[in-house]
Amino acid sequence: MIREHLPVLQVVLPLVAAPLCLLLARSVWAWLLAFMASLAALVISIVLLREVYTGEVLSYAIGGWAAPWGIEYRVDAVNAFILIIVTAISVVALMFAKTSVAQEVASDKQGLFYTAWLLCLTGLLGIAITGDVFNLFVFLEISSLSSYVLIGLGQDRRALTASFQYLVMGTIGATFILIGIGLLYMVTGTLNMMDLAARLAVLGDSRTVQTALAFLTVGIGLKLALFPLHLWLPNAYTYAPSAVTVFLAATATKVAVYMLLRFLFQVFDASFTFGAMPLGGFLAVLAAVGILSTSTVSIFQDNVKRMLAYSSVAQVGYMVLGISLVSSAGLTAALLHLFNHALMKGTLFLALGCVAYRLGSVRLGAIAGLGQRMPWTMAAFLVGALSLIGIPLTAGFVSKWYLILAAVERGWWPLVVVVVAGSHLAIIYVWRVVEMAYLRSPPEKLSVTEAPLSLLLPTWLLAGANVYFGIDTRFSVGMARQAAALLTGSSG
Amino acid sequence: MDVLGLYNYWIVILLMMMGFYVVIASGHLVKKLIGLNLFQASVFILYISMGTVEGGAAPILRSGVDVFSNPLPHVLILTAIVVGVATTALGLALVVRIKEAYGSAEEEDIHRQDDSL
Repeated sequence: MIREHLPVLQVVLPLVAAPLCLLLARSVWAWLLAFMASLAALVISIVLLREVYTGEVLSYAIGGWAAPWGIEYRVDAVNAFILIIVTAISVVALMFAKTSVAQEVASDKQGLFYTAWLLCLTGLLGIAITGDVFNLFVFLEISSLSSYVLIGLGQDRRALTASFQYLVMGTIGATFILIGIGLLYMVTGTLNMMDLAARLAVLGDSRTVQTALAFLTVGIGLKLALFPLHLWLPNAYTYAPSAVTVFLAATATKVAVYMLLRFLFQVFDASFTFGAMPLGGFLAVLAAVGILSTSTVSIFQDNVKRMLAYSSVAQVGYMVLGISLVSSAGLTAALLHLFNHALMKGTLFLALGCVAYRLGSVRLGAIAGLGQRMPWTMAAFLVGALSLIGIPLTAGFVSKWYLILAAVERGWWPLVVVVVAGSHLAIIYVWRVVEMAYLRSPPEKLSVTEAPLSLLLPTWLLAGANVYFGIDTRFSVGMARQAAALLTGSSG
Repeated sequence: MDVLGLYNYWIVILLMMMGFYVVIASGHLVKKLIGLNLFQASVFILYISMGTVEGGAAPILRSGVDVFSNPLPHVLILTAIVVGVATTALGLALVVRIKEAYGSAEEEDIHRQDDSL
């Protein structure tokens, strides 16, 4: 009975819990509710994943109005994979948030903080699950508006300007998406993704369709932080509260990658986006330039959080690179990196959150000798860093390996060089942190102890996942393959 | 003339570019928000224009009327207007907080204060 309603419950549950959080203004209860709601969402996404794992597609008609008139929620291998990433990261980040947020956010604002968190979760899950393009826009704005609030709650006053900058660029991006959706509606008269795909295939090429594709790609590119549209990201990640950085870095750009995949491969036909339109080469060049330039910028950052934020832009570049190959191997690599990047960036930002909790600063100079003072925290950072570089036996290695294989398969050797060069740049910027933490002696007067267990536990949970999914790739590669087959199958 | 017949789309493009220019060119944060609003408003007009059916009446069921305008884009844009209001409200709230923290809402002042840190 309840089983058939799971697709809608996935979104409605956090949505209903959000205002309740506001009523439970006392922070511990608000946190507990947010945590329970996330946990329930995780359970739902696991159940959904098990149902679509066999290649089935679940379709749910909201309010009993059948698609294409009503809003359809559609779960397949692609978005079930995204749903599980978003909900799992939300659970882990909330485990971390209890202690971290208590220190970083004023106690009278914590109820509001968790409300915004749940709304952001609702929005992200909604984008992933919906099969209706206008509904997608609404969820996009729900998640964006609440993430502006979350970022603006950072301690530093620069969090406010970062949030404002993100608000301006994010709104322009969302409005571009809205224009694209409007143009598509103009020529097809439908908003349902599957219906759109069927009608666009019959309709063929026209200038309106081309314009729609351009607006959607740029709009999603802004949310994706695709080079050179990434300018909002470094500040937003740097000044947001630690737990928020973990949550957004591991989920928000991933959901944007998902949007890009859905539009480029399913709503539009791949033969149109990559055949008639030169989008493949365009994305490949942007991704390659993005990887090299932002990795280089990372090396010169003094604030470790900002360094990792720039590295996130580079990592998004790897995913877009996989997409631009337009092959099932390339898409597998992109989706795999999407999953693995959530794990590695999650670990790194969680470890930095532990550092910020004890030191109140994540500047490079402040972490001197921290390998001795906070051994567990820095060890987790090291695991995440190795995964980021792509050392064998970590998750990062698996996705880069698949990416290189996919590039070789197409014979695009320059891209192989870019991926390898990007990894070497990653070694340089990560080394600066490792050297500071392990090879410098700590200042004498500094008496810092290890982070509390409530922070270390979620950090090591993700660090462990980095190693686990580096060795046992059955789930991650299996899911990514299946999702890639679904995306290319429907377009081929 | 077909070009003049589509005058509402020309207004959309004009408004959009004006809004976009204001967002980029003005240094005051409130002015940026005004530009953003203008930009969004142009999209509202785009949607409303596309719902129009030539010679169509308002979409209310009456006897003797067969041709109606398409109400769906109008409904969609109501949602988008709500989103726009929420964005503006949040943006203005952020500007108030920025003004409290920096004593200014001019972008240049804010950058100068941050750089001097």
